[in-house]
Amino acid sequence: VSTMLLVDHDNKHLSPTFFSAITASKKLGGEVSMFVAGHKCDSVVEECLSIDGISKVIVASDVLLEHPTAETMTPLLVAAQKQFSFSHILSNHSSFGKNIIPRLGAVLDVQPVADVVEIRAENHFVRPFYAGNALMELKVSEKPVILTIRPTAFEKHAKLDEKKGTVVEKMDFDAPKEAIGSEFVSMKVPEKGGRPDLSTAPIVVAGGRGVGSREKFEWVEKLADKLGAAVGATRAVVDAGGIISNDAQIGQTGKIIAPELYIGVGVSGAIQHVAGIKDSKVIVAINKDPEAPIFQVADFGLVADALKAVPELLEKL
Amino acid sequence: AKGFRVLVGVKRVIDYAVKVRVAGDGSGVVKKNVKHSMNPFDEIALEEAVRMKESGVAGEVVAVSIGPKEASETLRTACAMGADRAIHIISDCDVEPLAIAKVLSKIVSVEQPNVVIVGKQSIDDDSNQTGQMLAGLLSWPQGTFASSVTFEKEEKDRALVSREVDEGEESLRLTIPCVITADLRLNEPRYATLPNIMKAKRKKITTVDIGKLGVDVKPRFEVLRVMEPPTRKAGSVVESVDELLKGMREAGTL
Repeated sequence: VSTMLLVDHDNKHLSPTFFSAITASKKLGGEVSMFVAGHKCDSVVEECLSIDGISKVIVASDVLLEHPTAETMTPLLVAAQKQFSFSHILSNHSSFGKNIIPRLGAVLDVQPVADVVEIRAENHFVRPFYAGNALMELKVSEKPVILTIRPTAFEKHAKLDEKKGTVVEKMDFDAPKEAIGSEFVSMKVPEKGGRPDLSTAPIVVAGGRGVGSREKFEWVEKLADKLGAAVGATRAVVDAGGIISNDAQIGQTGKIIAPELYIGVGVSGAIQHVAGIKDSKVIVAINKDPEAPIFQVADFGLVADALKAVPELLEKL
Repeated sequence: AKGFRVLVGVKRVIDYAVKVRVAGDGSGVVKKNVKHSMNPFDEIALEEAVRMKESGVAGEVVAVSIGPKEASETLRTACAMGADRAIHIISDCDVEPLAIAKVLSKIVSVEQPNVVIVGKQSIDDDSNQTGQMLAGLLSWPQGTFASSVTFEKEEKDRALVSREVDEGEESLRLTIPCVITADLRLNEPRYATLPNIMKAKRKKITTVDIGKLGVDVKPRFEVLRVMEPPTRKAGSVVESVDELLKGMREAGTL
């Protein structure tokens, strides 16, 4: 087994969820190489070199890779695969991995395994489907095995490299600009007010329809700030517009989270939202409707009007 | 017709409101006598194409579905929502995303669309792969997880696509032809009105057996079994903030 791990980063640091992908690569056994494409991303390469048990870091650096697209990354990954013949190619099931990995799979004529939550053997995986209401256990016989893993299903790798034997391989980026077909225009990162990252925060407070106005949602934010938590929302709240940015949506098609503590305020618990929170260690729900489905998965439920309960909670915490 | 030809992939899936059950023998999920409808992300994809036609960017909208004979109902709905015609690739087995992408690329070679729009994921398989794979097979640029698409007419036709990514919103400019995958906020799909449902009955649905396309659609995965996920047990439900805090403190959560 030799795995190429596609690195998700912002040219300064590895993405916070990326340390789970490292753990998953190590579960496959064998050698792990990291593939970094970016621009002025030396600090990312340094970070990769500081991780325990990485045999190679393959680096492609070019101004056109500052914001890597699937169109620029795929030929590079194909070239790396041709040169090193990895048995596995792995990335996170993040918007980065989901964008690139299927395109790579198609070009290599491989059906990638999406959203892997369990690695039973090098070719034997478990993945959820139907919004997590069913799990598929499957075997893959083609090479390379290509997979995207669900970060919350794997511990974050934290061990540092003591031996420092990692090799750095440089790759040239020589695709002609006009042939790429896609061009980066801009990136808007919403202001989070210093709150932690939703995907990796140990505590998350999420608001649902019961707090579905800008004014009411402020109680969700106040509770989050009191607990040092990240803020999330259901689809209904995000769709309403003007309350919270799209990237805060939790659920089947939004972010999948697994914090130590999740507090749902005015969240009813639609199947699609529960799909994104059910691996949380503790689920707390505050909802005035005692029949709300979220109470079926909550460890602690409070049947109360969120707008009365949250101020009281803030006072007593 | 003037303007782009837009090809839209629509999949028939178990309705989003159904609580899916795993079959007792581990062979899959229970589909019999369960309500099915168009994959919600594909409804958004189709709506976008219809709006392109209404704004004069597109000249023709063609819906395509790969699935059992019942998928013709999904295509009829697509026609009632505004597709001009439809193509039904009949397949009685589940088809993996790579094979779907191969079938779609075959249809692209015949239909020569300028833009292909599909939902970013189907809510049954949840893989989120088909659009990206089709773009890879065609060597076309891709605008995945689109929350807004506009078309520019300068020297060349270009699409400006805003994408919902984990960090926020990314904007890309794509050359045409391209593949776009629709995210939730791209638009709000319309309901088919009764007059349009009646009109849709006269629109043409071409049917082709999947085996006749000369595309290898053999599954790559060996599915060993389909299982129930571990279930969470409901905990205690209380009626005062004090009781909630007491419970959480006792459990060591706070």
